[in-house]
Amino acid sequence: MSGLPQIYTAHVFVRLKSGVNDPQGATVADGLRDLGFDGIRDVRVGKIVDVELVAPDAATARERVQAMCEQLLTNPVIEDFELELIEPQPLKLSDTAW
Amino acid sequence: MRAAVIVFPGSNCDTDTHHALARVMGVPTDLVWHATPSLDGYDLVVLPGGFSYGDYLRTGAMAAQARVMRAVREAADRGVPVLGICNGFQILLEAGLLPGAMLPNDCVEFRCEWVHVRVETRRTPFTQATDMGQVLRMPIAHGEGNYVADPATVDALDDNDQVVWRYTDAAGRRTAGANPNGSVADIAGICNARGNVVGLMPHPERCSETALGGTDGRMLWESVLARVAA
Repeated sequence: MSGLPQIYTAHVFVRLKSGVNDPQGATVADGLRDLGFDGIRDVRVGKIVDVELVAPDAATARERVQAMCEQLLTNPVIEDFELELIEPQPLKLSDTAW
Repeated sequence: MRAAVIVFPGSNCDTDTHHALARVMGVPTDLVWHATPSLDGYDLVVLPGGFSYGDYLRTGAMAAQARVMRAVREAADRGVPVLGICNGFQILLEAGLLPGAMLPNDCVEFRCEWVHVRVETRRTPFTQATDMGQVLRMPIAHGEGNYVADPATVDALDDNDQVVWRYTDAAGRRTAGANPNGSVADIAGICNARGNVVGLMPHPERCSETALGGTDGRMLWESVLARVAA
């Protein structure tokens, strides 16, 4: 399959930087305590962005998603991200997205 | 003198801002769609409040990518006064035209009320007609006005005279109760290094005529009109 474009899925995990105040997380922590959960020390709320893309190889896919994270998906002033690339599935003729 | 009020999908203070400029202040003003490639010929650009793109991803993040923002950047580079109100402020931050970012209010409530802000610098086009230390009473309406920046940036804002307004009480004192959203250093509005790009959370367009319960917002318009006319 080398040389043929493949479908990659990237999971982008977006978190507020440590030290950045998280009012949502603090409120959720209070809610958990109100429900009776003991021992809650901290809760931080983040988000996951799943990107499905067609790319010639894994390195290119990773590079493109990295650029997406830097340009739009995350705000470097307040957020950090981790990128996880899923093994590709072979592209079928019925896949016309690209 | 001609003003542009930029309209994004989800802007909802665009016609209020147009009304304040065109009807109250008598300035020829156009509502300009976000896909517009050029802002040539405008002496004032306002990014209005609202919920552009439904606040998807982050407040202001999608609008910051709009085609018109390249033109806003070019206008800013030419020295044209640019004002971002509320969501407009958030857009300027996401576009990198102003430093820092917004977080949800520390009280986690949407705050819709009148606040007081103190003028911290007169060097911007929107404050030159106000007095240093003057307290303005303006309404806010936002869920994410909790301005944040790293300590070095906050110091630089002070050192470079880029803090334009701070939340205070009616007497101009910085108190814990006067800050409605948890903004670092009680910051309500800032400007870029040059001073022509300004963002603030309160809504001057909602207090530009007595029928609306206050007229302090007029001072921003009077300031910028005097600057452009000069």
